[in-house]
Amino acid sequence: MSRKVSEEEYQKTLSCKFRQWLDGTSDPYLGKVEMRKQEPFRETEQDRAEREKDRKRLKERVYDLENNLEVRIFNRFYRVFSVLFCIFLVVMLLAAVSDLPPHGKADNPVNNEVSRRYIEKGLEETGAVNIVTGMILDYRAFDTLGESHVLFVATCTVLILLRSDKKGDKEEDENNDRLHEPKNDIILQTVAKILVPPIFIFGIYIILAGHLGPGGGFSGGAVIGAGLILYLNAFGFAKTERFFTAKTYRRMSFCALACYSIAKSYSFYTGANHMESIIPLGTPGAILSSGLILVLNICVGIVVAGTMYTFYVMFRKGNY
Amino acid sequence: MDFVQNFPFMSILLSLFSGPLCSILDGKWAKRVNAIVITTIGGLSVSVLLYVVRTGQAFVYRMGHFPAPWGNEIRVGVLEAFMAAFFCVIMLLCMVSGVREREEQIEESRQNLYYVMANLLLCSLLALIYTNDLFTAYVFVEINTISACGLIMIRQTGRTIEAAIRYMIMSLLGSGLLLLGICHLYAVTGQLLMSNIREQVQLLTAGHQYHITLMVALGLMSVGLAIKSALYPFHAWLPDAYGYATLSSSAILSALVSKGYIFLLIKIFYRVVGFELVMESRVANVLFVFGIIGMIMGSVNAIRTDNLKRMIAYSSVAQIGYIYMGLGLATEAGTVASIYHVLSHAATKSLLFVAAAGLTDASRGEAHFKDITGAAYRNKLAGVAFTAGSLSMVGMPMFSGFISKLFFAQAAVGHTHKMLPTFIALAISTVLNAVYFMKTVIRIYTPVSEGTGRAVSLKEQPAKSAALVCFILLNLILGLNSDPVIRLIQNGLGMFD
Repeated sequence: MSRKVSEEEYQKTLSCKFRQWLDGTSDPYLGKVEMRKQEPFRETEQDRAEREKDRKRLKERVYDLENNLEVRIFNRFYRVFSVLFCIFLVVMLLAAVSDLPPHGKADNPVNNEVSRRYIEKGLEETGAVNIVTGMILDYRAFDTLGESHVLFVATCTVLILLRSDKKGDKEEDENNDRLHEPKNDIILQTVAKILVPPIFIFGIYIILAGHLGPGGGFSGGAVIGAGLILYLNAFGFAKTERFFTAKTYRRMSFCALACYSIAKSYSFYTGANHMESIIPLGTPGAILSSGLILVLNICVGIVVAGTMYTFYVMFRKGNY
Repeated sequence: MDFVQNFPFMSILLSLFSGPLCSILDGKWAKRVNAIVITTIGGLSVSVLLYVVRTGQAFVYRMGHFPAPWGNEIRVGVLEAFMAAFFCVIMLLCMVSGVREREEQIEESRQNLYYVMANLLLCSLLALIYTNDLFTAYVFVEINTISACGLIMIRQTGRTIEAAIRYMIMSLLGSGLLLLGICHLYAVTGQLLMSNIREQVQLLTAGHQYHITLMVALGLMSVGLAIKSALYPFHAWLPDAYGYATLSSSAILSALVSKGYIFLLIKIFYRVVGFELVMESRVANVLFVFGIIGMIMGSVNAIRTDNLKRMIAYSSVAQIGYIYMGLGLATEAGTVASIYHVLSHAATKSLLFVAAAGLTDASRGEAHFKDITGAAYRNKLAGVAFTAGSLSMVGMPMFSGFISKLFFAQAAVGHTHKMLPTFIALAISTVLNAVYFMKTVIRIYTPVSEGTGRAVSLKEQPAKSAALVCFILLNLILGLNSDPVIRLIQNGLGMFD
């Protein structure tokens, strides 16, 4: 075979590597990806029988089936009653649904002065081209304020439940974490390198353009959260913990929620006391328009992104 | 507009803001913030109450620049302001009395999260009390559910985790049914604001339209809130949740959380669907029947249990039964009695939980009946307080429990079908209450030989002792001065229209 380059140089070229991969003589993963071999879950017949027996014994001891009349009666009637109850529920709800006004008719009760004003005057009164954003962040901002605190309180509850406070055995944590997740996966890292920046930018765009088109804090925050999770999967905790820890999350969400509360307090207060709000609505369609909506969207986005990432980390590792 | 009218909105926002604030503070500072917030909101609520009593009419407060039904609004009457102030008092006492337990039972790093939960719980209760919008109510029901769940499981033992899971499942089922009911109601009325829904419902009933949907919506919302407030057949989550959570959590959960939902149900009856429709439908009868079953079965379960805290928890099931029985009478007097019982039970049940904690402190931390024998001699104030609470629960004159039983009986007089069942249920339930509470009182006053636990003096637990004295006083005030309270409730119910 005549080649212009020497054998040694040829070994380094892309086409050679590709050929080798096609032939199956080399594996690009070998020696680079650290991955534990995952044993398929197998159980001998004996183990299974043992487990079943254990379960039965446990059940007998907890419920004391021999002497517990209540549980016996309950078990007997449970199936019958659950079926009857489901049938009852289905019939009742079907009756209610058939009684409801047909979907999409023009003279339905929901098409009243409330939605009419949202549609006709929404742009003029809130300055938001996207009427839905105008509705949830201006007309009914109090509900959304509550809703973003629902996310916050849910994260705190997950922190209570799953956060582990063990300190010092970082290596063990790392090893446990590695059980199911490969480290240094080149394909994942390369794809993440390409994808993560556009995902972040797209998320930020969705948040910032929430008042101009489809989007807003909730969806944009979810996109950014997904980007963070992808980055974490590709590069591991060592990289993400440089800029995102539990402390960062807590401070970030406090700032966002406090900003939301204070901004809305101002507008509730002025609105209720019939004072003029000093916040201008701006030109509809411009990025800096529609009063507080842009700020609130950013706050909501921060909370949602942090919540998603924290949920993922809590379920995977337990602290960060 | 008077400046006082801003206070309800300020109290909601203040408690909402203090939740995230506590998450960045450490436990000690979070505790202080929490105490300051509750006290401030209590003060604000009292001044709102005084203002509303003076002006004699309810006011609505617009949340933002848009009038309802486009924007949100809250509505404040005598009853709402009174409830808010009362809840703050109970909450403060519960938090104060459980300081030591919290420090012992909750890990250092989770201390501040407890106050996050407590603040957001208070916020959601206030919002449930004040809101004039059904969907806002639902949003805050969610916050209430999740934070209550956090309060249960923050003491991390297997029992509390299991209790929290049960609570979560049942409570989410309740939320789902409530939401389904709200959706049905919205589909036929096109409104979310309470007063507007009511107008529409009146039009619909006058024109005999959408009758089935209205009934289904009413049923779904009632059942949803009944599950969330542990009416009898839906009470399975309650004993574990109240029995094993840390002291302030049990006290707050039993005294306030379920009461918030009951108050919302009363609001739905009066302000959303209209009381005429409730009377006409059979929903009230169903609540009445389950209330009566709950009164008796709760007490029977309480007699059968051998753990002091679980006994008190089961007694809650019976007391919730009383409240639903009063609502089920479907009369003005019945509702007044129910609301009075909400107050009375909130004051008494938290007293009992704190007193029980005092008794178990003197019995090596065990709540089993055989361990607490003679505990009243080892912790004298807790013994007295437990006796006072028991007497109130049984219905001795001078205590608040007596007044509520009296009003339930009075409300039932003259009712065609429900008078006799009410009387019989009240009689049986009182006897059963007496059986298990007096049994416990006798047990804690039975002298035993030394060695079952160490004596606890007053000085050792200053916070708990002070809270116990306040609780007893609150009970006596409610019991001896019931007239102004009842007038206030009647006045407030009148403002509901």
